[in-house]
Amino acid sequence: MKRISYAVMSTLTALVLLLGYRTSTSSSTTSSGMVAIGASAPTTASSTGSGQTTSGAGSPPTGRSSPSSTTGSIPSAPTAAKTVTGTAAQTRYGPVQVQITVQDEKITNVSVVEYPNNNGRDQEINSSAFPILASETVKTQTAKIDMVSGATYTSQGYLTSLQSALDQAGL
Amino acid sequence: MPQTDMTLTISSTVRPRTVHVEHCMGTAFSIDIRDTGNWSHAIHAVVSWLHHVDTVFSTYKPDSDISRIQRGELLAADAHPDVVTVLDLCAEVQTITDGYFTTMRDHKIDPTGLVKGWAIEQANDLLRRHGSRNHAVNGGGDMQLAGEAAPSRPWHVGISDPRDRTQILTVITGRNIAVATSGTSERGQHITDPFTGIAAASLGSATIAGPSVAYADAYATAAFAMGTKALPWTETIDGYEAMLVRLDDTTTTTAGWSRISPPGQ
Repeated sequence: MKRISYAVMSTLTALVLLLGYRTSTSSSTTSSGMVAIGASAPTTASSTGSGQTTSGAGSPPTGRSSPSSTTGSIPSAPTAAKTVTGTAAQTRYGPVQVQITVQDEKITNVSVVEYPNNNGRDQEINSSAFPILASETVKTQTAKIDMVSGATYTSQGYLTSLQSALDQAGL
Repeated sequence: MPQTDMTLTISSTVRPRTVHVEHCMGTAFSIDIRDTGNWSHAIHAVVSWLHHVDTVFSTYKPDSDISRIQRGELLAADAHPDVVTVLDLCAEVQTITDGYFTTMRDHKIDPTGLVKGWAIEQANDLLRRHGSRNHAVNGGGDMQLAGEAAPSRPWHVGISDPRDRTQILTVITGRNIAVATSGTSERGQHITDPFTGIAAASLGSATIAGPSVAYADAYATAAFAMGTKALPWTETIDGYEAMLVRLDDTTTTTAGWSRISPPGQ
């Protein structure tokens, strides 16, 4: 039952990812952090699979549920993969935009389609951190973990940590 | 090094979630709220709190209260009131841990080992005062978890493999629970056995779970310093469970550990 309703309702209605890059080299950061919560922003969604297209949030599950579904005997049909692109967030150092592919409430791919690329340092960080994040996000999805406990990581270590992937997964 | 502060709001019809990541005290704090609502004020309060703690307690900042106390320029009694609060807590934990948790480092007072856990616990209280009932505050791998991750679903915390941080050794589940792990940090800071003065190296990591992250964090530090002989001591701590990971990744746990981490997970 739950599974079915998830399949119908798992439409990601909004994804706002705001990244603020700072160039502090201090190990203990002094500047106050950016607090930026985006309002629900429209997302562009394109269906990469066949069949079901993205439906609006709360759309009635037409032609799918029936009273007998409470028994859980109706297998939930696999939903088509959806690719959701977050609105490009303007940061001090340039726009950042993330694209995720969701299928059956699981993230199957994460890619950063746009990120600050102004200097060698940015490129170095971005080229190493984001692909690792993407693969770790996909890997940890199946484990259904919310948080990771381990020996203290540094700010820099965080960028490539499992925790960072979980913070970005958001599903 | 570019640092990233990130707030991610997902308006899913299934699970509300607001995540903010704040870099402070040399690590990253993840604030993850699982209730619906606009949490910008609550997150701002937590962010301000964390930077306040760093300003008062950082041993990297020459003008912090702790640095001034270490140089003999300031008495603890004249410092920010939070200093006495933390030092009192340190003294209590030092007694409970038979001296394996200590604030003395190179003949100077240094409460760093307790400050982060205490700050996380206070941040958790701040979120509660702002109305959140289900949230997590994770500071560099030590966390306080309020309520549950989703309706009828407890928090699932992966304990990372000290030999490979991209791997999970086991999973703890629980509601209103704190989890802290000590090991050799990425910063290269070693936990020293206060009785031998030698860096503790007989364990890969020590994880403590229980009601308070301030205590759990300090207990994990003490257990790591004790090394392989920590288990009998951890069994004596009421309300807390422990998992010790040896260097070869084999683990030993307290008798009650299976309640929070059932086999087969």
